[in-house]
Amino acid sequence: MADTHNEHDHEHMNIPKYIGIFMILVVGTIATYYAATVDMDRFFPGANTLVALLIAFTKMTFVMLFFMHVYWSKRLIWLAAVGSFFWLAIMFAYTMQDYLTRGSGTFSG
Amino acid sequence: MNAQTAITEGHADTPKGNYLTNGSTLASWLLTKDHKRIAIMYLISVSVFFMMGGLYAATIRLELLTPASDLVETATYNKVFTQHGILMIFFFLIPSIPAILGNFLLPLMIGAKDLALPRINLLSLYIYWLGGGLTLFALMQGGVDTGWTFYTPYSTTFSNSFVMFVGLGIFINGFSSILTGLNFIVTIHTMRAPGMTWFRMPLFVWAHYATSLVMILGTPVVAITVLLLAIERATHVGIFDPSIGGDPILFQHMFWFYSHPAVYIMILPGMGVISELISNFSRKKVFGYEFIAFSSIAIAVFGFLVWGHHMFVSGQSIYAGMVFSFLTMVVAVPSAIKMFNWTATLYKGSISFDTPMLYAIGFMGLFLIGGLTGLFLGAIGLTVHLTDTYFVVAHFHYVMVGGQVIAYLGGIHYWWPKMTGRMYSEFWGKISAMLVFVGFNLTFFPQFILGYQGMPRRYAAYPEELQVLNIFSTAGASVLGIGLIMPAIYLTHSLIFGKKAGDNPWMHPGLEWRTSSPPPTENFDVMPVVTWEAYEFGEESGLDLEGAKRRDAAGVA
Repeated sequence: MADTHNEHDHEHMNIPKYIGIFMILVVGTIATYYAATVDMDRFFPGANTLVALLIAFTKMTFVMLFFMHVYWSKRLIWLAAVGSFFWLAIMFAYTMQDYLTRGSGTFSG
Repeated sequence: MNAQTAITEGHADTPKGNYLTNGSTLASWLLTKDHKRIAIMYLISVSVFFMMGGLYAATIRLELLTPASDLVETATYNKVFTQHGILMIFFFLIPSIPAILGNFLLPLMIGAKDLALPRINLLSLYIYWLGGGLTLFALMQGGVDTGWTFYTPYSTTFSNSFVMFVGLGIFINGFSSILTGLNFIVTIHTMRAPGMTWFRMPLFVWAHYATSLVMILGTPVVAITVLLLAIERATHVGIFDPSIGGDPILFQHMFWFYSHPAVYIMILPGMGVISELISNFSRKKVFGYEFIAFSSIAIAVFGFLVWGHHMFVSGQSIYAGMVFSFLTMVVAVPSAIKMFNWTATLYKGSISFDTPMLYAIGFMGLFLIGGLTGLFLGAIGLTVHLTDTYFVVAHFHYVMVGGQVIAYLGGIHYWWPKMTGRMYSEFWGKISAMLVFVGFNLTFFPQFILGYQGMPRRYAAYPEELQVLNIFSTAGASVLGIGLIMPAIYLTHSLIFGKKAGDNPWMHPGLEWRTSSPPPTENFDVMPVVTWEAYEFGEESGLDLEGAKRRDAAGVA
């Protein structure tokens, strides 16, 4: 069963494709560096951080889908991957509800 | 194959050997892939950490016998309570039930030969040893004084104790937890015996499934948090220290995102043990099986949404506090479902008060108090008065000791005959269970009052008017200590002098009782086929009580 699964993956991925994905990650890393040198916070506070996170999220998606073969995996694996993202989102969302409401409103004094 | 045939064929009248006799060299243990042997090695290791953590607890209680700081210096006291917390939480409470009972029983309960990833299982033990060894090394070098929570910026900037080493130990140990959780999930999904459907699984297995989810989803976060702490401490990059651009409350968010669910890593397996004990010692099918099973999953999920209740007075936004306070009340619902269902299971049951059941009944009372006082602390107004007082210490210990440790002891007593093939002294077992119950309450109930009266935690000295209750508490700790030492003695004694247990000494229907005691290395001589429901005491389960009695009589003779 496991062997069949591996053979199935090899049909989709080969060395040139792995190198292609790697190059996308390298480009993402370079883009992260240059994005940090541009003052995007003048558009709205936190814009630099948002762009950096978007690039990181894109890189992570490529790693999961292709390096970790999630793209060709069965639904249970997809569920685990999406569930992990959901949990990450919980941590971000509930932490941000603190930061975004701190020092404001009825109880700010 | 009908139930009776399955049981008869799964049972070996003349077992060829068992996992304990399958090799006696050190290498046969250290290189084993048998989940049962790995569980036994965890049992020994975890017990060592428990005893060390207990020694620190004894030091704390002796220091607090008098109002002045006269046994240890205040700086040393900081290290004592920190190291008590670190050893007990990371190296005893978190691994004890999953790594010992879960490791030993989960494959047996679902009719598997082993865990799905046996080498990973052995690796998780080695990682536990490595993490524990590093932590012990740091403690011997001088220890750490930050509290087990490592709050910043004290831990990153001001503490001159061994924060990095202990942090590294905890970081490494986290991988042991992740691998164990991963192994359990894969095993439950892929290794169940024919007929062992999801809703025929024992609730112990459901509890471990929920626990494993928390282990996998939460543990990486604390590992990253500790890593960030180390980076800031080593390189002075501003992450948590406000003086260099960081935010100390961010540390608390990240730390508690794991460490509150970690409470459920500790208590959920205990709840699984209690479900087994209550149902089996009432000789009655558990009331509301599906509700108890799904309440474990609900606790695991809701447990991730309430971490901010540890931060009500930290400077966190009041709006965030209100949301976390509401969600804290919500998480009480699935815990209450379990309590009500266990109580309903007892109703009209044929209850026997063997040692494991004494622990189970003790758990119900103590966890009830622990859980309800948690609501006090989750109430955003009241908690301002109670935060960082002994009320919190009492609440936490009612859940962790009154809940997890009591469940662990109940489970060890229940499955000891299966693990070792020997019975322990019921007389001493019952005496010990009662000493633990009395000693525990005498230790920790006064602390609710002390906390409400304003005695802060983490201080070596306190006002003289609080001494009487502290004397009660220290006296109780002595009784509790004796109650905890006794099982170590009579259980060890039983290994040599205990009478043979037989395969099913309790006459219970679970799969683990349908193989020999101790089980063979392969767990079952023939792959069992499950045709009965969980906790089925009727004839449908094929439970051959008369046959079991005959075999036991023959085995004992």
